[in-house]
Amino acid sequence: MLDMTRGHLPKAAGVGFKPQHYTDILADPGAVNWLEIHAENYMGDGGRPLAQLRALSERFPISVHGVGLSIGGADPLDQDHLARLKHLVGWLNPASFSEHLAWSSHGGTYFNDLLPLPYTAETLARVADHIDEVQEVLGRRLLLENPSVYVGFDETDMEETDFLTELVRRTGCGLLLDINNVFVSCTNQARDPREYLSRFPLTAVGEVHLGGHDEDEDLDGMPLLIDAHGSEVVDPVWTLYTETIARMGPKPTLIEWDTNVPDWDMLEAEAFRAARVLAGVRA
Amino acid sequence: MTWAESLLAPARMPKGLKGPGATPPTRRFDVYRNNVMSSLVNALRDGFPVIHRLVGEAFFAGLATEYVREHPPTSPCVVRYGDSFSDFIAGFPPAASVPYLADMARLEYALRQAYHAADVMPVEASEFERPDLAEAKLHLAPAVSVVRSSWPIYDIWRANLDRSKPARLAGAQSVLITRPDWDPVAEPVSAEEAGFVTRLATEPLAIAARNLPDLAPILTRLMLRKSITAVEALS
Amino acid sequence: MKLTNTAVAGAMATALMSLAGTAHAQEMEKCYGVAKAGENGCQAGPGTTCAGTSSVDYQGNAWTLVPAGTCEEMTIDASMTMDDMERMGSLEPLDRDLPKS
Repeated sequence: MLDMTRGHLPKAAGVGFKPQHYTDILADPGAVNWLEIHAENYMGDGGRPLAQLRALSERFPISVHGVGLSIGGADPLDQDHLARLKHLVGWLNPASFSEHLAWSSHGGTYFNDLLPLPYTAETLARVADHIDEVQEVLGRRLLLENPSVYVGFDETDMEETDFLTELVRRTGCGLLLDINNVFVSCTNQARDPREYLSRFPLTAVGEVHLGGHDEDEDLDGMPLLIDAHGSEVVDPVWTLYTETIARMGPKPTLIEWDTNVPDWDMLEAEAFRAARVLAGVRA
Repeated sequence: MTWAESLLAPARMPKGLKGPGATPPTRRFDVYRNNVMSSLVNALRDGFPVIHRLVGEAFFAGLATEYVREHPPTSPCVVRYGDSFSDFIAGFPPAASVPYLADMARLEYALRQAYHAADVMPVEASEFERPDLAEAKLHLAPAVSVVRSSWPIYDIWRANLDRSKPARLAGAQSVLITRPDWDPVAEPVSAEEAGFVTRLATEPLAIAARNLPDLAPILTRLMLRKSITAVEALS
Repeated sequence: MKLTNTAVAGAMATALMSLAGTAHAQEMEKCYGVAKAGENGCQAGPGTTCAGTSSVDYQGNAWTLVPAGTCEEMTIDASMTMDDMERMGSLEPLDRDLPKS
């Protein structure tokens, strides 16, 4: 596979771009060195969203993060959507492109959520085929993100970490390690996140995500964490992040804050906290 | 029940799911169903703010939930979701007593499409100085559209944005939507002017203008809004 | 009946003249932005997110629609619209039973 990517994300802190922060970012980015956008929000024909993205891409490395390709789905990939991604990645030439180990479309309906899949030999083969297809069409390496999950499948007979390791081996893709998702999924399955991270193929990680979650409980009174991206990163996740960065070295690290979006200073402060962890490893 | 069926149906769960505890993980599956429904209802609330204000939160949530169940998105581009919301409202019995609601949904959707329409350059004024102008076709920017209504749709829209108490509302109104720069503009035009703008897509200038008492005001408006992108001579 | 060349040319000349005479700043109405507070894009409409939510939406089997919007306050003059419609915009309260699982 030919890698056409020019440039890479810096091993520094970035944030998910929100239009309400546009002026603040250009005036004083502070600790923020790069920006991530959701691909699907920049698939209009023109107008302010694309104009802002063009302007930002002249100042900052951009990561394009897809949320709607349904790589983990049972259906073939949506060729129209893949063509839209190719167009966006073509003109923007971002530093990185990532998607999710999840599905969101089935039988022509788009559900607008990242839905889970069982981990089996059959789903592994299908997801690997999908990743091959995406990398082929886009002409670049894909980073695949570990999901937040709320239920388990009786069918599952592989560990998620083994599933991801095998995908990397078969397709040459990289991984986007979302440490909040690790914390959410492990808590929801009554498992130890450190044990999960000890099995994670860290050498394939090209980017890290950090975000906030909400706390709820299930009918048994057991914790049910929800990946809401509407609050600060919690301390246990910062601890896991610090430990993981110490093991694998500095990586581009993104703060995700998608709901109840705070003002720029508060978001920048979260990015600064990640930057301090990265600097601690470099020192 | 498959996942796809369960996600849009209340109180059903697919087989073969488990949680860490003893009880079937209905509460856990509900997180997914809730994500699907609330994210799409939120998308409609963001996309149709005046409809939301007109009917209030409870009614809007009920209306939007029914719409999502019957017309879930077919594309991951949520910026385009809701193109059939107007038709759905027109056939939604509880909203029948607010007869202008469907037209308002068309207006709001047209504004959103204008926001995301392709960028184009307006023609220079010198392009209009040609002897065969009457026979020429005017090309309009992709952001341009008209919404025609039997109701005072512009005044109702405007009053809900201003949060003002409108004076007595009356009469049918047509609305011209343009996008001179990045922000869409909605303004009332006469029914004849709305018809003229619609006919420009297929007819030469002089024929499209046949019902207009005065051609100059709408031409001024289209030029002011940077909406004429080419003058094509019919050879 | 189509317009003559002269009529079209005349209208265009008038249009260009009034365009030149327009103070753009005064004529250009500000976009009535109804996007979320603080967002600098009017009419952006919805976007995608990869976040979940814990605020519970409509999952139940039954709900009631209680009208509570501005349409209740809008009075539309019937004489200039449709016949016999004195006051538009009273939503019907609705109780609806969704199919049981």
